[in-house]
Amino acid sequence: MTARLTAEERAVAAGEDGSAMAMRIVAEAARLLGASRLIPIASAHIDGAVYHGDAGVLFAETLAGRGAKVAVPATLNVGGLDLTGCSMQRLAGHDRDMARRMMQAYLALGCQATWTCAPYQAGHRPERGADVAWGESNAVVFCNSVLGARTNRYGDLLDIACAITGKAPDCGLHRPENRVARFVFDVAGLAADFRSSEVAWPVLGNLYGRLAGDRVGVIDGLETDDEDRLKAFGAAAASSGAVGLFHIAGVTPEAPTLEAAGGGARPDETIVVTEAMVRDAQQRLSTAETADRIDAVAIGSPHLSAAEFERFERMLGGRRVAVPVYACTGRHVLSTLEDSGARKRLETLGVTVVADTCIVVTPMLPEMAGGVLMTNSGKFAHYAPGNTGYGVLYGALEDCVESAVAGRPMLGEARS
Amino acid sequence: MTAAQARIIIDGGKAAGKALVLGAPISFWGGVDPKTGTIIDVRHPEHGAGTAGTVLFVPATAGSSTASTILLELVHVGRAPAAIVLHEPDAILLLGLVAAREMGLAVPPALALDRALHGQFAGKTVTVEDGTIRTSSG
Repeated sequence: MTARLTAEERAVAAGEDGSAMAMRIVAEAARLLGASRLIPIASAHIDGAVYHGDAGVLFAETLAGRGAKVAVPATLNVGGLDLTGCSMQRLAGHDRDMARRMMQAYLALGCQATWTCAPYQAGHRPERGADVAWGESNAVVFCNSVLGARTNRYGDLLDIACAITGKAPDCGLHRPENRVARFVFDVAGLAADFRSSEVAWPVLGNLYGRLAGDRVGVIDGLETDDEDRLKAFGAAAASSGAVGLFHIAGVTPEAPTLEAAGGGARPDETIVVTEAMVRDAQQRLSTAETADRIDAVAIGSPHLSAAEFERFERMLGGRRVAVPVYACTGRHVLSTLEDSGARKRLETLGVTVVADTCIVVTPMLPEMAGGVLMTNSGKFAHYAPGNTGYGVLYGALEDCVESAVAGRPMLGEARS
Repeated sequence: MTAAQARIIIDGGKAAGKALVLGAPISFWGGVDPKTGTIIDVRHPEHGAGTAGTVLFVPATAGSSTASTILLELVHVGRAPAAIVLHEPDAILLLGLVAAREMGLAVPPALALDRALHGQFAGKTVTVEDGTIRTSSG
């Protein structure tokens, strides 16, 4: 099926400049996706600026060279380099040049230099019901689930083409009928103290993602008003499955009740989550569970909020860390850390603050065979073994802090 | 001679090559080396096979939306398949060809053909023209 373009859209596509190139790409995507038309979008979040190879750089430079500019506000996801100079990446020569050119090309297209995977905590918060085109899996799932705005899982090439045209194919999660929950993820039978713990969110997110795949579900039995917990759940779910949208009954905007999330009736299918399933999910997050030492600690996937930095610094309590610790965040938080003096205090204790990028998209961790990385992030736990070569030991934030100070795994020993 | 009529999804003109029929879905990101076209996913049944210059029969794709970028890189370095035969249109993968065409690169044709009909071409040299896939005479 060929999407029906308006006369105005056809006129743009018939041109020879960068806007025409972008419009033809969006129209081709609509045809391949089976969408019948394009719809206007309010904003975009662009995940295309990490360097994978030269053609991606030339693609962005071609658009920019033909004069393309984004038509809607467009924030940028992480790049391959920390342009603030807070941290160092092991990219050299050609690769470093190309990673920098990639980031510059996206700025030339008019995107904002946010360089964060948590744009929703950097002031980019579309209204409920607004259609947008967002990339980066955790940002997509937060945008749909927590903000109630509407986006599909946009990938490289298409996200920037949508931003330039201000249009997106009308299909998938843009359409209300595809946002209805098809199953209940029932965690109400789990112990109350687990359900109120920090660690429950990434662990249950990982389990949810593996069981949901690309289906929309509604979670029953979790409560929170802490956005950072919803962020951790979504990031873990979108790493282990193709999750674009989840609902939590009584918490997220499209799920005031189970029935509301199910389009007026409780979904037919229910997955009852047991304690054995939770233990299994928690074990799967670690690949180096029996390690007797750790070589590094990384936190901040998605990027840490100012509130998360405050908790981290409080737990650290002025103690020096014994292994390298990477705390990844965006410029929106970095300025707060500079103003309060927290960055300097943390660096004095041995913590590296990382801005603009993160440890799984670019080489940063010390080169080491058989290294063990400890993290509290379900997303780092998922990607670190493949992307960094480190084995992963998963734990709550207080476990990561105690282990960083001790230089060896301290699991649960921080709690009474 | 064996022949099948497929649906043209991306028009890339005539093509010919040895048929490589994949026995399992593939994720291009992490599954295919963007510099060589070799299948690098160790769990894939065709692990180690080269896709460059083949008529590549893909039963299904899996995984990341970075697939489009990997296919774009392969076209850019001249290591793309000669033609791609899918079971059904795959927007994420084929956007790599759409972008390559916009950059002025010659792109391979992409076709849709019921995956049940892929196996008959395995290992044979085939030509692709106007949506018809046929084994070379002789």
